[in-house]
Amino acid sequence: MKAKSLIQARENKYFYLFISPWIIGFLLFTGGPILMSIYYSFTQYNIADPPNFVGAKNYTQLFNDPLFWKSAKVTLYYTLLAVPLGLLLSLLTAMLVNVKIPGQRLFRTIIYLPSIISGVALSLLWLWILNPQLGVVNFLIFKLTGMQGPQWLLSEAWVIPSLVMMSLWGIGPNMVIYLAGLKGVPRSLFEAAEIDGASNFSKFIHITVPMVSPATLFLLITGIIGTFQVFTQAQIMTQGGPNYASFFFVYFLYQQAFGAFNMGYASAMAWILFIVVLLLTWLMMSLSKRWVHYEGGNQ
Amino acid sequence: MAQEMTPQPVSASAPLLEKQNRQKIKDLPTKIFSFVILVLMSIMMLGPLFIMLSTALKDQATVFLFPPKWIPDTLQWSNFKEALTFKPFGLYFKNTAIYTLVGTVAEVLSSAVVAYGFSRYKGKGRNIIFLCVLATMMIPYPVVMIPQFVLFKTINWTDSYLPLIVPSFFGSAYIIFLLRQFFNTLPNDLFEAARIDGCGEVRAFWSIALPLCKPALASAAIFGFMFRWNDYLGPLIYLNSDTKYTLSIALSTFTSQFTIPPWHLLMAASLVAVLPPLLLFFFAQKYFVEGIVVTGIK
Repeated sequence: MKAKSLIQARENKYFYLFISPWIIGFLLFTGGPILMSIYYSFTQYNIADPPNFVGAKNYTQLFNDPLFWKSAKVTLYYTLLAVPLGLLLSLLTAMLVNVKIPGQRLFRTIIYLPSIISGVALSLLWLWILNPQLGVVNFLIFKLTGMQGPQWLLSEAWVIPSLVMMSLWGIGPNMVIYLAGLKGVPRSLFEAAEIDGASNFSKFIHITVPMVSPATLFLLITGIIGTFQVFTQAQIMTQGGPNYASFFFVYFLYQQAFGAFNMGYASAMAWILFIVVLLLTWLMMSLSKRWVHYEGGNQ
Repeated sequence: MAQEMTPQPVSASAPLLEKQNRQKIKDLPTKIFSFVILVLMSIMMLGPLFIMLSTALKDQATVFLFPPKWIPDTLQWSNFKEALTFKPFGLYFKNTAIYTLVGTVAEVLSSAVVAYGFSRYKGKGRNIIFLCVLATMMIPYPVVMIPQFVLFKTINWTDSYLPLIVPSFFGSAYIIFLLRQFFNTLPNDLFEAARIDGCGEVRAFWSIALPLCKPALASAAIFGFMFRWNDYLGPLIYLNSDTKYTLSIALSTFTSQFTIPPWHLLMAASLVAVLPPLLLFFFAQKYFVEGIVVTGIK
């Protein structure tokens, strides 16, 4: 008995010793800031002067701020387009590069390649190719159809679809995750379905989609967390315009925090973002039991 | 699945080879279809990259030609020189490299220490603490961004790389998760044997576990490298003086200097900025993919 508790004490000692960097970092840079952020969200705070407690004023003001609702709508619209389209395209592409054909490895590399480019360089590149007068996209549209292409980033209606298109250029990592999921699908399932005379479409719906559903859940959650935080594109490419059509939530938050130094207001926004992300993640996890299929039972 | 499957009258003597051949012919339309679609997709994927390169090599007049020239008549290599000397890009390159390298090495090593703790020792509360680690992956950066800024401002660390680098010394959830998965695959006997031979706990980590996890460390380092090299919001908040800019910040200020952007110079500068990640991808492709697969599929 004594020896056992000695071993446990030893395990505890080394366990906490090794994980101590994370605990310290968590307290300093994550846990502490989260608590401070709640506090700031109930204050008026411009950094220069000490925070001034104002109760729930920031929140009531936010809910009456048309820009808050606009930024939420813009972000939601982008999410609803970019995430499902991205997932579908990644899965279909993964299926294509899973077919044994010549050049298979090269195709995988080429499709992955664009996702290496991100951030500011990516934004500048697409700003150029979507330029309405000189950009290559409108040149190709003109050449193929004889019609003038849309104004893309300069058009209220097209700015979000343009940014979605740009995001689809970086499906590489998602494709790799789906590809790994597809490798786990036993061939016997498809063979059995073939004997039953199932069509390709029904094999896709009834075998492929359920078998890769754990990957879909993961990509759905991380995808939504990502699209809720779009910032660089708005800052570099559109400045939230035209007429607030790409006024993303985090872009608004950044402006409030570091443009206007309304730290309290921005903290309230950050907390709303956090709560929405938590609720959505919880919702997706609990709904997932209905559609996510784990080989070997639910874990 | 197929409950009503009727037993097929298969002739037991049917040669396997013939069956395989039939399968091959049946698969042929699928293969041709996939190949054609993939060729089209590849063109769309490589197209923008090609435009980047071709624009970077045009002179000012050719950029504004309509219809555009795919390949300029004379390749204007001097664009690179002009784009890079217009601002002290050498300095920005160095700044970005230091931030990326120091931050990444610190993050990978500290995460490895933490991941090893989670994998090796059955400490009290291990599962709950590990769940907390995973949960922090869901916290959007904007939530901690403001209090962190206030913290670093009060200790006078703004306009320096300290706020961007110091937090890396305490591990990151994503990489802790990735490395723990790898440490979990190491056989326990290995460490028991080492312990019997009188190997200390720190040495077991440093000389046994770490060297065995080199591929995982490479994947983790690539994550860290890519994130920092492209990071924009962090440097944007903390760096004010233009001698301290990273490439991302420098590129973003490039546009605001002109009424009509010099696209050829912008593309030349962008190309130089994305070169290190591209090179890394070509030399370490395997590790990009492995890291994604391990963290993506739980």
